[in-house]
Amino acid sequence: MNGLQTLVDYFVNYPFVRYAFAVGLLIALCASLLGVTLVLKRFSFIGDGLSHVAFGAMAVAAVTGLTNRMAIVLPVTLLSAVLLLRTGKNTKIKGDAAVAMISVGALAIGYMLMNLFPTSANISGDVCSTLFGSTSILTLQKSDVAVCVVMAAIVLTVFVLFYHQIFAVTFDESFCSAIGVRANVYNLVIAVITAIIIVLAMNLVGSLLISALIIFPALSAMRVFKSFLSVIICSSVISVVCAAVGIVLSILFSTPVGSTIVTADIVVFLGFWITSVIIGRTRV
Amino acid sequence: MAQITCIDATLGYEDGVVTEGLSFTVETGDCLCILGENGSGKSTLVKALLGLKPVLRGKIERDPALTGIGYLPQQTVVQRDFPASVREIVRSGCLARMGLRPFYSAEDKALADRTMEQLGIASLAGHCYRDLSGGQQQRVLLARALCATRSMLLLDEPVTGLDPKAQIDLYELIAKLNRDGITIIMVTHDVNAAVRYASHILHIGGGKQRFFGTVDAYKESSIGKAFLAEGGA
Ligand SMILES: Nc1ncnc2c1ncn2[C@@H]1O[C@H](COP(=O)(O)OP(=O)(O)OP(=O)(O)O)[C@@H](O)[C@H]1O
Ligand SMILES: [Mg+2]
Repeated sequence: MNGLQTLVDYFVNYPFVRYAFAVGLLIALCASLLGVTLVLKRFSFIGDGLSHVAFGAMAVAAVTGLTNRMAIVLPVTLLSAVLLLRTGKNTKIKGDAAVAMISVGALAIGYMLMNLFPTSANISGDVCSTLFGSTSILTLQKSDVAVCVVMAAIVLTVFVLFYHQIFAVTFDESFCSAIGVRANVYNLVIAVITAIIIVLAMNLVGSLLISALIIFPALSAMRVFKSFLSVIICSSVISVVCAAVGIVLSILFSTPVGSTIVTADIVVFLGFWITSVIIGRTRV
Repeated sequence: MAQITCIDATLGYEDGVVTEGLSFTVETGDCLCILGENGSGKSTLVKALLGLKPVLRGKIERDPALTGIGYLPQQTVVQRDFPASVREIVRSGCLARMGLRPFYSAEDKALADRTMEQLGIASLAGHCYRDLSGGQQQRVLLARALCATRSMLLLDEPVTGLDPKAQIDLYELIAKLNRDGITIIMVTHDVNAAVRYASHILHIGGGKQRFFGTVDAYKESSIGKAFLAEGGA
């Protein structure tokens, strides 16, 4: 059990390993909770779009030399989340097209800015780490962890407080409006916490892999479970376990953290998929 | 006092007017049946009454004190894979009076259980909605609507997909709610049921309001006679 020994040593001796675990598991938990709603509302694309917006904002922040990048990234992402959810419903531009436009646009402009005003010699390295998540999760400071814990606490509290509303708005929005539940308000709540999660998750897995973190656990759980609550619980368990396994493996084998976590999610998804096929067979 | 007043309202979508000249009132305790052929704008009207759709012209005034509205949509587009148990869906009818309380009260849960019992779906409570038959799904949505109902119930073709016995049970249930003082607004193609249970009839067709008045007046009117002769054959 050499690997295990190494791991325990790491955990005990290096605070950054503990930080990485805390942040990683919290983000995975939040992402999976919202993931179920986003997938069911057919908003799974929004994770993608927003993460690219966040990437663009990150590039702007880097170019302008802001030390506190969050100050730009979070508001811009929040705003885009709200706008995207609006366009998705009302205007003539279809939701998915709007998302594609915004996300590709933000990606292109972000990349161009990074090239025009390089802040370091290694541009492709910078871009790569913003897209695929850096090892920066292993270089977290105590303050980063604190921010993450607060944000995650907000997301979790809002989710628990408004769980029933979120379910109902996801299931049947017009019924909610009809009986006097303000569906728009809850859609806004969903948009805002989605944006927060995405900004948080950029550190962990990078902007390209955020969608995976949001979608895979939800899809896995939906293969097997049939009530909303059980799907939520199952997908958060899957997500947290995968994040933990992913971080451990990435430390042991020095693989990129983000991709390792997502790979774990994919493996679990395949497992659940096969299970559902087998269950389906035996039931018939 | 009138709960809903519709004044010369025009309804439609971006691509055109569906029906115009709608003028009627709904008083507390009324049972209004809305008649009209396919595409005449009945569902659109129900959505407008609920405030889900704006009117193009004219006005729909709702008593600001009116809360506790139940609604059964004609169609609910539920995503194919949606994981939701019958119990979860029926309870969501209680949502409007939950306010900021983050969980259902014992009273809400009891109401949901009672309603499921009443509609014969108690044994399905733990089942997944998407695995049910069409008629069973209709009952679930009815139960949800009933849970939301405190003062008014809007039903868009409630008997669709129900077996004959369930249809009669449902009409009797609606009549009982109405006797208990709940205002009913119901879209139906069943003229006989309409004249039997309604207090008022609204008939729309040909892009406008053809009749509004009491059931007795409807039976005497030419349009009512013609429609009853067809439908009652
Ligand atoms: N979302 C929509 N966008 C554009 N037009 C619509 C929309 N929904 C309905 N319509 C049009 O409005 C008209 C009235 O539709 P509505 O659903 O109100 O009819 P209905 O009286 O309820 O018919 P049915 O008896 O079939 O339920 C139809 O001509 C339909 O094509
Ligand atoms: Mg209709």
